[in-house]
Amino acid sequence: MHHLIIGAGPAGVRAAEALRAYDPQAKITLIDGEGEAPYSRMAIPYFLSGKIGEQGTWLHRPLEFYAENGIDLVRGRAAKVDAGTKTVTLEDGQSLSYDKLLLASGARAVNPPVEGLEGDLVHHCWTIDDARAIEKLAGKGARVTLMGAGFIGSIILEALVMRGADLTVVEIEDRMVPRMLDETAGNMLKAWCEKKGVKVLTSTRIGGVYEGGGELNIALSNGETLKADLLVVAAGVTPNIECMDGTGVEKRTGVVVNARMETSLPDVWAAGDCAEGCDFSTGDLSTLAIQPVAVEQAVIAAKNMAGIEAEYHCALPMNVLETLGLVTTSFGKHDGLEEGARATLLDADEWRYIRLEFNDGKLIGAQTVGHVSMAGCLRGLIQGRMPLGPWEDVLKTQPHRVAEAYVDLSRGVS
Amino acid sequence: MDKALVIDVGKCTGCRQCELACSYEHTGTFNPARSRITVFDFHEKARFVPYTCTQCDQAWCQQVCPVGAISNENGVKVVDAATCVGCKVCTIACPFGTVNYEPASGKVIKCDLCGGDPACARACPTEAIVFADVAVQGFEKMRAWAEKTDTAPQASA
Repeated sequence: MHHLIIGAGPAGVRAAEALRAYDPQAKITLIDGEGEAPYSRMAIPYFLSGKIGEQGTWLHRPLEFYAENGIDLVRGRAAKVDAGTKTVTLEDGQSLSYDKLLLASGARAVNPPVEGLEGDLVHHCWTIDDARAIEKLAGKGARVTLMGAGFIGSIILEALVMRGADLTVVEIEDRMVPRMLDETAGNMLKAWCEKKGVKVLTSTRIGGVYEGGGELNIALSNGETLKADLLVVAAGVTPNIECMDGTGVEKRTGVVVNARMETSLPDVWAAGDCAEGCDFSTGDLSTLAIQPVAVEQAVIAAKNMAGIEAEYHCALPMNVLETLGLVTTSFGKHDGLEEGARATLLDADEWRYIRLEFNDGKLIGAQTVGHVSMAGCLRGLIQGRMPLGPWEDVLKTQPHRVAEAYVDLSRGVS
Repeated sequence: MDKALVIDVGKCTGCRQCELACSYEHTGTFNPARSRITVFDFHEKARFVPYTCTQCDQAWCQQVCPVGAISNENGVKVVDAATCVGCKVCTIACPFGTVNYEPASGKVIKCDLCGGDPACARACPTEAIVFADVAVQGFEKMRAWAEKTDTAPQASA
């Protein structure tokens, strides 16, 4: 039995590890497209801020892990999958056959349709190679513009400030992290960043970028022009699924998977940012592109590849972000449902906010600012679909007591 | 894991010695905010509930850690503070809320059973918290609770 895995990010590596445990005799091959020690993109901001070295981003230390566990690490990028002959051709022409294939090829950063995003002073912050380039350009006092204050932009923001860069953030939407935080929370985060000396321009678009004299001129929709030594583009990602072209696999934004992480092709599974599976909050398909979903899907895929039946319960959108010391979280249907109910508690002076969304006697979504204690309970309550009983009324007036509610309901104190 | 923390809420008087002992064991200070065990006070029901990690088999925290900072040592999930970058993804992935970010250290903290001799159990004056064989009935009750959530099936075979 040969398990072939395309992609050596968290999903690919976790799947390889799980396959080794569940199918000890099988041959396992992991294709890495970046030529690096398999690492985690989530650790990049901490590399950029100087908290860790490059090795600190590695998924496994020491690197001998792969050889010691009988996992062949092959360098190269998958160019084409042929599900009929069960082979994967790499860009260098090398051909690998498989019995079972896992597509864990992840996603890549994309550019919005803006003129001038190609030069040497413009970078994404997605790969470790991007980070190395930013490290060179974003020194103390460097004028840096960040395009996009979404989740990734906001997490890089802190690293850029810690490097001593003179930072301006430009976001199209009316607040920071619009897909994760509501107006109150997103604008609290903006005010917090401004208090820390970061210029944050919301409802502002970058019209074009022009390089001249070793610096960038960045034209904004408000008529201003920013001068910068570096532009970091954090404007979204798209799944790497081109190698599946011509296979006839069912796809939308990503490759569509069922609860067992099977694609529409025999003996081909998918997990992580390239996969589009059931979304807990909507019941529809989505690509959430978050670490917990990537590794949880990877374990489910590995089990099924090893012949152990396992089903995923659907991916719950969730994020945690720390921006210059302010922690924000978001879970599930954080913007609620029209037919549902809502509770909010704001303490603007203390930079604390909590919003809970209810429906049908259960918690369906939540977001917090400035709360760090027992955040995981929000996942437990939402994904566990726990009936709140008498706690529903309590939480509607005192939403900060949510951890207490969880402990009471789950430990059956009543 | 041969032994586990077995908690009998009926015996807890809410003295919070466990919180102080845990904090002292891990930080050298008596600071309940840095304890890995928390006593909840349900005063309307006259109940106190000591609450901490059950070292669940699903090990959400360990699975999700992007830098391999959480290890499984004979069933006990242990955070290596030197490796942890403080990204907090484990704090939202754990559906029990028992891995927490500690601003004081910039790292996450969770119960590590003190390497096999938990300070909370030693400090508990009423045996509400005992470190006992997993065969003890109360532990199975806790496991059942841990597996009751809808989140369980994905990581269990």
